[in-house]
Formats: sequence, C-alpha cells, structure tokens
Amino acid sequence: MSGEAAAAVPARAAKGAVFDRAFEALCFGAATLLLVALVGVMASLTVGGWPAFKAFGLGFLTSAEWDPVAEVYGALGAIVGTVVTAGLALLFALPLALGVAIFLVELCPAPLRRPIGMAVELLAGIPSIVYGMWGLFVFAPWFARHVQMPIMMAAEPGSLLETITAGVPNGANILTASMILAIMILPFIAATLRELLLTVPVHLRESAYGLGSTTYETVAKVSLPYIRVSAIGAVMLGLGRALGETMAVTFIIGNAHGLPTSIFASGSTIASTIANEFTEATHELHTASLIALGLVLFLITFTVLGLARALIGRKPT
Amino acid sequence: MSSASLRLSRRLGAWAFLGFAWLATALALLALAAILWTLVSQGLAGLDLAVFTMSTPAPGSRGGLLNAILGSIMMCTLAMLAAVFVGVLSGTWLSEFAGASRYGKVVRFVNDVLLAAPSILIGLFVYEIIVHPMKGFSGYAGAVALAMLAVPVITRTTEDVLRLQPVALREASVALGAPLWRTVLAVLWKAARSGMITGALLAFARISGETAPLLFTALNNQFLSLDLSKPTASLPAVIFQFALSAYDDWRRLAWAGALLIALAVLTVTILARLLSRETRRS
Repeated sequence: MSGEAAAAVPARAAKGAVFDRAFEALCFGAATLLLVALVGVMASLTVGGWPAFKAFGLGFLTSAEWDPVAEVYGALGAIVGTVVTAGLALLFALPLALGVAIFLVELCPAPLRRPIGMAVELLAGIPSIVYGMWGLFVFAPWFARHVQMPIMMAAEPGSLLETITAGVPNGANILTASMILAIMILPFIAATLRELLLTVPVHLRESAYGLGSTTYETVAKVSLPYIRVSAIGAVMLGLGRALGETMAVTFIIGNAHGLPTSIFASGSTIASTIANEFTEATHELHTASLIALGLVLFLITFTVLGLARALIGRKPT
Repeated sequence: MSSASLRLSRRLGAWAFLGFAWLATALALLALAAILWTLVSQGLAGLDLAVFTMSTPAPGSRGGLLNAILGSIMMCTLAMLAAVFVGVLSGTWLSEFAGASRYGKVVRFVNDVLLAAPSILIGLFVYEIIVHPMKGFSGYAGAVALAMLAVPVITRTTEDVLRLQPVALREASVALGAPLWRTVLAVLWKAARSGMITGALLAFARISGETAPLLFTALNNQFLSLDLSKPTASLPAVIFQFALSAYDDWRRLAWAGALLIALAVLTVTILARLLSRETRRS
C-alpha cells in the first residue's frame, strides 16, 4: 500500500515535470519574441535606411533640404519640427495636467471625482485620427479667425512679433499642431500625476495643513517635491507620445518641408513626413530616406523613454 | 513685509492656485465636450443604412463603409487572437518564471519600449519584413502590425494581474498535487481572468483606432474583399483618405466612420473600466 503510493508520487511528478518544462519553454519563447521584435525593428530600420546614410552621411541629419524631385534628402527640418511640436505640446499640457491632477486629488467634491476622472480618461481613449479631423475642420479655422488673424494684424511690420507669427492664416501650422498634441497627452500626464499625488503619505499633507499651510503651499512645498523625480519620468513618457504621434499631426501641421520659420508656419514632423510620402515614394533613395527618418525617430523616443524609466524607477526618498 | 500683507499675498496665491486648478479641469472638459459634440453632430449627419450595407463609393455616388468596417473587424480579430496568445504567455513568463533574473529585466524593459514605440515605426517594420519581400500589401501584414501594438499591452496587464494573485493560491494548488502548468492554467489564469480580459479590451481599444501602422501594410481597398492576402480596407485608413479629400460626400462618410470608431473605442474602454472595478471589489 505505502509502496504503491511511494511509486505513484514520483511518477506523477515526473509526468507533470515534462509538461512543466514544455509550458515554461512556451512562455519563455513568447517573452523572447518581444525581444526579437524590438531587435527586428531596430535592425530593419537600420538596414532599410542605410542607403540614405551612405548617400548623405552626416549631412542627412544636418541638412534641411528635402527635395524628392532632385533626390536630395536632409532630415533636419523634420527633426526640428518633431522636437518643437512635442516640446510646445509639453509646455501647454504640463501646467494644465498638473492643474487637473491637483483638482482631482485636493479640490474635487467627492461625488464628482469619479465622473470627472472618467471624462478625462475618455479624452485619452479618443483615436488620434478623430483629433486630427477635429483639429483640421473645427479647431484650426476657429484658431485662424479668432487668434491668428488678430495677432498678425496687430504685429507691426518689421517687428519681432511679425517675424515669429508670419504664415498663411489658415490655422494649419506648428502652433495648432502642438495644441492638439497637448490635448492628446494631457489626460495621460494628468492620470499619472494624480496617481503619484495619491502616493504622498497622508501624514505629510496633514502635517502641512496642521501647520496652517494653504492648499497651494501644501501642494507646492510638500506634495510636489515628494513626487518630483517620478513626476519628471511621467512627463517624459508624455513627451515620448507626442514625439511619435502621427495622424493628428499629419492632419494639422500643413506638411511643408524645410526648417520652420515661425510658429504660424506650416511644418512637418518625422512621423507626418513618413505617413505622407511612404506609399508614394518611387525612388529607392526616397524610401530609404524615409526609413532612415524612422530610425532617427526611434532613437529619439528610445532615449526619452530610457531617461523616463531611469527617473520613474527611482523611489522617492 | 508686515503680517497683514503677508497674509494677503498668501491668500491671493492660494486663490490664484485654486482658480488655476479649476480652470485647467474646465478646459480639459471643454475640449472633450467640443470634440464629442463635433463628432456626434457631424457623424450622425452622415450615418444612414447605406453606411453599413454598401462599399466605399466613387466621389459623387452613393456608398457606405461596409468594406472598411469588415476589413477592420477581420484585421483586428486576427491581430487580437495572435496578440492574446503571445501576450498572455509572455506576461505569464514575466510573472511566474522570470523572478528577479537579468533576462526578465531585459524583457520588461523591451516591453516598455514596444509599448511606447511610435506606431508608424511598427508599420515601417512590417513593411520591411512582410510587404516588401512578398511584393504586395495585404490584410495579413496589417494584422501583424496591429498585433505587435497589442502584445505589449496584454503582456503588461497579464504580468500585473498575475502578480496580484496571492502566493497562498499557488501553494494551495501545488499542495493538492497539481503540476505548475495546471496551477497556472486552472488556478492563476482563472483567478485573474477579469483582469486579463480588461487588458485584452484595452489592447483592442488601442489597435481599433490605429491608422498609421495600416498605411503601409494593409494599404486600402476600394472594393469589398474578404481575402486578407490582398490589400484590405480599414475604417481608419478610409477616414484618413476621405477626410483629406475635396468631396463633401466623402467627408460626410469620414465623419460617420470617425463616429463609429470612437463609439467602439469608448464602449470598449468603459467596459474595461467597469470590469476592472468589479475585480477590485470582489
């Protein structure tokens, strides 16, 4: 009897172990597939873009001349457009996101907290192509009539204001593209900041209030310093999204090559250039240059993400 | 500074601060309302039965979005099947087998990178490895691109919800004599089911509105086609083409399509949220 049981147990364990190993191997394979995919993306962008780097060398990165007819490709205009729109978007979105997060954590009446939080999350769920259409057909014309035109009228000829606001008054420009991007990344940053603000220990905040601090002083001098490092990480993740966003920007930025000359000028980003030209590129060098642009975008977002992770992973002390 | 003026400046600062927080929230809600209003009013104007029964028209003639709707459903379904398979397994590996190993950390980082990678680059990659060698755009290539966007979401949520399961649950199963794979399949996955479904729903919400990765993979197709080895229409790609066209009837269809996509995405997002709330409660 006991002999039977003793014999049965190892036999079952051994049978299970075979499946266990197979199952673990299957899971391991799936996880490795992720690594293969990422390496594949990097390798294919490098290989596909190689002819462009070979033809133009460093000039690919430092020249702003993008002329498919003459087969001259320089990425600087698109790179600057990408960095400027994403940077401006962050500039607009960050204070607003901070305001929303603080509102939800410190000020919002309890019954409204869930609906407003949900509404902000809905904003994050809207597909980017819808933002693009709304930006092009609603926001850009409104902006052109009520903001751009008055400013351009008010700008004195020859003044600095005139230089930085020169452009076609149709609302399709770098500034409006940045504003749409800001609306798109706002909910993401706000949600992350809210989560972070909720991690501030209650006793810290209560101590500040207990010392007679106003809400402003509590948030600015206790809560924000406490979450500072992780918050920068969250903001960088938002920046990463703005850098890679394609469709909304393609709709609104006006798609002009070269270095942007003013905030009301049409421009292009790396993603919008690829989206617009890739299927129409007939010359091999044109395709290669677009893929090389993709590699540049990948490296930029990779760097931003790496920095974000390094910061967000560090625990607040 | 006298104490009275100090008190005044503090109070002013506090008010300005509170005012700004209210204003920021109001602005965000206003943007949401404005977008939804445009979407609903323009979308409903273009929505009729023909949208669901006819394929995309030539400019000036009657038509609908049937081919695009079907194409989107086929590609998203295929992508989700593949993505759930890979994502659940890799998430399980990260949670159950990786431990604190160096390779586990690498895979976790890689997953984060894929999660944040611009979707248009995934499109370029799939073009390079599938479309270019096979010399043709296809619905399968589109599905692969969408799957690559869904996998990191599912991997991440699967790992997170499996980690939330108590160790006692695993120990109880193993103590009953279940091998590890049965513990995972019949106990852990079952316990974490609603969380994993939430992850899949969020992944679906993410890919169903994606346009950029489809532009160079599935391309587009003016006609109704159920053959995924040919170029395939999708709602986002048709919206992109029609919205930027100069024809009023095309633009009307684009708005109708945008409304359909947004409705689908928002429904799925809300479903996912309700589901995750239920999990937390139970």
